[in-house]
Amino acid sequence: MAEKFELTDEMKAAIGSESDPWPFEFTTTGIRAFARGVGYTDPVYYDEDAARAAGHDGLPAPPTYTGTPVFIPGRSHDVFSSPVEGQPHIRHGLKNILDGSTETEYLEPITAGETLTGVTRIAGLDVRESKSIGTMLIATTELVLTNELGKVAAVQRSQVIFY
Amino acid sequence: MAPTWETINVGDELPVLRKKPGVTDLVKYSAGSGDFNPLHHDYNFEQSKLLGTIIVHGRFKYAALGELVSNWLDHDGRIKKISCQYRGMDFPDKELVCGGKVVEKYDENGERSAKLQIWVENEEGKKTTPGLAIVAFP
Repeated sequence: MAEKFELTDEMKAAIGSESDPWPFEFTTTGIRAFARGVGYTDPVYYDEDAARAAGHDGLPAPPTYTGTPVFIPGRSHDVFSSPVEGQPHIRHGLKNILDGSTETEYLEPITAGETLTGVTRIAGLDVRESKSIGTMLIATTELVLTNELGKVAAVQRSQVIFY
Repeated sequence: MAPTWETINVGDELPVLRKKPGVTDLVKYSAGSGDFNPLHHDYNFEQSKLLGTIIVHGRFKYAALGELVSNWLDHDGRIKKISCQYRGMDFPDKELVCGGKVVEKYDENGERSAKLQIWVENEEGKKTTPGLAIVAFP
């Protein structure tokens, strides 16, 4: 827990910065693994015939799943699997991390077989006090996923707490 | 029966979805999501020791709220937006009750839409993970 923590000029300068594009795959295997991890029993997320019968073109991406970012050792985060290379970096020195909130907006359907291009932007950085964990840094990021037709298919806004 | 624009009303409740994720379930979620934070499976991890326990992924609860809405829509409508806030931690082997209700029915850019309040409630009846969803009907 940080006793004293404030935003440095370097951190403030990172607000608004964007990552390089990174591929986010939506495969049948990835969709099934996510659906299984959540505990879905709905066959539409596992069985392509059931998905088509329900009106989808293939296995649909389950709500909140933003695909599997392509994992490459050394270029991806070993724990969170997200890309590290070409990402805006905030040197805050805080060890602990918790999710604060998440919002996903869907603009186009996402179906197995698609690879979307993800760009992450640091939308904001705030320092707040919490009764339970003390001083915390709240980072708001926005992941924009664009499909192969060049249309934004989903936008995910996340608040992550570092303390 | 899947809900339709004609049949839903403000105040309607979604059928509840109950989950009781054990450590193995959390490991499955880690594999499916790619989030291998040890805080969700390793009791010897420093942050787990600090908290005295491992905790359920916030994003697992978020995804469970997605499942709640998906089950209700039964593929006859689509989710336009879904959000939640992680206000309280949840722990393995405890029951989580996912619920929701219709709070608004309206036209948004020509789409027949509804706003849902959604939440995850713990065994003490506390809403640890409140959220909102906006859905559209054909």
